[in-house]
Amino acid sequence: MKVNKKILVRALAVILGYALITVLLKSGMLNRQYTSLLVPIGVNIMLAVSLNLVTGFLGELSLGHAGFMSIGAYAGALFTLHTDLPDGLNIIVAMIVGGLMAALFGFVIGVPVLRLQGDYLAIVTLAFGEIIKSVLNALKFTNGPKGLSKIPLLSNYQHYTLVFVVMVITVLIITNIVDSRHGRAVCSVRDNYIAAESIGISVSRFKIMAFVIGAFFAGVAGVLYAHNVGIIKPTTFDYNKSIEILVIVVLGGMGSIRGSIISAIILTVLPEVLRGADNMRMLLYSIVLIAMMLFNQSGFKERMMERIAASKQQKAGE
Amino acid sequence: MALLEVKNLSIAFGGLKAVDDFNVTIEKGQLYGLIGPNGAGKTTVFNLLTGVYQPDSGSIVLDGQDLVGKAPAEICKCGIARTFQNIRLFKKLSVRDNVKVALHNDMEYSLAASILRLPSYFRHEKAMNERAMEILKVFDLDSYADTSAANLPYGKQRKLEIARALATEPKLLLLDEPAAGMNPNETAELMSTIKLIRDKFDITILLIEHDMKLVSGICERLSVLNFGTELCSGDTSAVLNDPKVITAYLGE
Repeated sequence: MKVNKKILVRALAVILGYALITVLLKSGMLNRQYTSLLVPIGVNIMLAVSLNLVTGFLGELSLGHAGFMSIGAYAGALFTLHTDLPDGLNIIVAMIVGGLMAALFGFVIGVPVLRLQGDYLAIVTLAFGEIIKSVLNALKFTNGPKGLSKIPLLSNYQHYTLVFVVMVITVLIITNIVDSRHGRAVCSVRDNYIAAESIGISVSRFKIMAFVIGAFFAGVAGVLYAHNVGIIKPTTFDYNKSIEILVIVVLGGMGSIRGSIISAIILTVLPEVLRGADNMRMLLYSIVLIAMMLFNQSGFKERMMERIAASKQQKAGE
Repeated sequence: MALLEVKNLSIAFGGLKAVDDFNVTIEKGQLYGLIGPNGAGKTTVFNLLTGVYQPDSGSIVLDGQDLVGKAPAEICKCGIARTFQNIRLFKKLSVRDNVKVALHNDMEYSLAASILRLPSYFRHEKAMNERAMEILKVFDLDSYADTSAANLPYGKQRKLEIARALATEPKLLLLDEPAAGMNPNETAELMSTIKLIRDKFDITILLIEHDMKLVSGICERLSVLNFGTELCSGDTSAVLNDPKVITAYLGE
């Protein structure tokens, strides 16, 4: 009964979200500036939720998420540039190709890297992200620093349904994994890996599993990104992008998928809202960010929850 | 045949022989105590038995299976579970989930079943929930099932650790100072719980403890460690009255 209610609320949120976007788009209430944000919001949600699996649930700080995103973006873009499938199928296959390539790299990088812990792991993933960027810069078939252009716009705002569906599927898959024996094993590794081993959890297996799944969805997000913008360059995916994703996760709360979604929306829209402030923009952005982090930590939400719980109890008592 | 047979077990850290030529034989169903002064190597023995450390020499045989060289997760599957001296719970998980993690290998379903929410997911999750609550009930923790482990009072955290270890259905349960930090009432309660689980779950227990009331109250046999070597072993009353043990550990 309780579980069904949860599913109902989630389904309602998805339908409302989709209806809202449709109405806003069709009625022409959004200007071009905001229309162009729709796909980036979806992409950032996917990036944040997938990074949350690694950082929030597995508890390993990864600073190379943009690296996996770039592998997906390049693999997917190269695929659509060199094939002639019908558009709808093309982007779907491209997403699978991009996701799998990123997952493969996630595995290759993850096996040696996940032996490290904490700060060391963070630094090494940062380095790997930069290596991927440098390699993309040097390779011929990725067109070096000029990057790839004229990528067909198969996932821009006109294909918002596709992006929305892929985003929902991503969130659903990661939520389902987290709430299963696999997800519990991942969380147990985060909370205490020695105890996890002692009850028969293979620590390295679940570390790699979380890492690879995170990389896969970062790759898929990369494909959507590439087919929204049409041009990708190695510099798009530098460590700034990785940090940006991490900021979304931290603001939304480690291990909170709902938080990641909300904070991805806020932090994608915010820079555009602040565009009017011109050269004060980044300053304002930073101040708002600091304010939100402080608010998040202030315990305001907890106090409100307590009050609501108390009033509920009172009502039940009457 | 004995359940656990440890022969000539040794490990050195640098020049320090932490455990030196340790032998122990534990029969099925026994409640065995491992005692000795601080730094004698008791916890090191536990870490050797559970694969956290690999011994320099010696053999560990559980129920006919050689455990030396195996990783901790494999040793758990062979049938040894443990608790820790400094409690190691999964603090952010609920009390119920702490036990459910331990059922991980017992009730398997595939990753695809998790993602697609196949019937096997629901079936196994339901069974896991029921089993977890059953175990929690034994420890009077069922009313705390949805509390996060970090918010449990200290004594209950220790109990939860034992519950979690038991959920893996071990043949041998290792308890590392289960009564540490408990008041006399809690210790008395713990003693009856330990006896209860030995009978109810039909397992063998090896425990490290400094509380002599608990040791003399429930242990059937004892081994005493001092500076990594065995001082003596045998029936509890005989060991506790041994003059060597009194001078080295208990005091006059």
